[in-house]
Amino acid sequence: MDSLQSYLIIAAILFSMGIYGVITRKNAVAILMGIELILNSANINFIAFNRFGGMENLDGHVFSIFVIVLAAAEAAVALAIVINLFKNIGSVDVDDADLLQG
Amino acid sequence: MAENLFIIIAALVIASAFWVVFSPNLIHSAVSLIFTLFSTAGLYIFLYADFIAATQVVIYVGGILVLIIFGVMLTNSIDTPSIAASSKNQFIGGMGALTIFVIQVAVIFNTPWHIGTEQSRDSTVASIGNLLLNEYLLPFEIISILLLAALMGAALLSRRT
Repeated sequence: MDSLQSYLIIAAILFSMGIYGVITRKNAVAILMGIELILNSANINFIAFNRFGGMENLDGHVFSIFVIVLAAAEAAVALAIVINLFKNIGSVDVDDADLLQG
Repeated sequence: MAENLFIIIAALVIASAFWVVFSPNLIHSAVSLIFTLFSTAGLYIFLYADFIAATQVVIYVGGILVLIIFGVMLTNSIDTPSIAASSKNQFIGGMGALTIFVIQVAVIFNTPWHIGTEQSRDSTVASIGNLLLNEYLLPFEIISILLLAALMGAALLSRRT
């Protein structure tokens, strides 16, 4: 069970579910949750490759720290945008955000 | 024992991620995301990544998830007991996600992965600190500036004008 493939399969399932959430959800915050799932699956891949590729260096850990920092920055900016959207059009449904469509 | 624990944690990751994506109630999605992130930290511990597991709990569960729940609460009226999160394009989305998953599984099982020799180690914190302050110093500083700029931008965007 504790092999590289099992971790990669878990990450693949998480990634596909995140893609599904991003495609199907209409609420902007729910789309953000899908993006978090995708970033988590990338992190699992980094750590799993680092552990099973031999642990003499820890570059994968450093990369996953960078991914976590980027996720934090992305969540803060995205939620600010979502709150602004709610103030301007009174809804967070991404289908309603068509002000630029002319 | 460890095998059973691994299976339980993996099942928890997948089941809670499933509920994040499919729950009709947005608050339920957010709470389910807590379980996904916590059990992902458990997976990191299985992979000898103690520092990353702690970082995952502190930053994701303590920071990002609180932000997301704030976002849910601020953009929906609290009076409605169920904050609906409707979906659309289920068929296209399901087909797309399934295609990506099948491609990934095919790649995972058809690639001869390089498996290293050294399979365990002590605490990783000191090595990560060395890497961050020697080899990865420039990316570390750049990402610090990026985080600062992003947080200032978020504060600027969401202030009351």
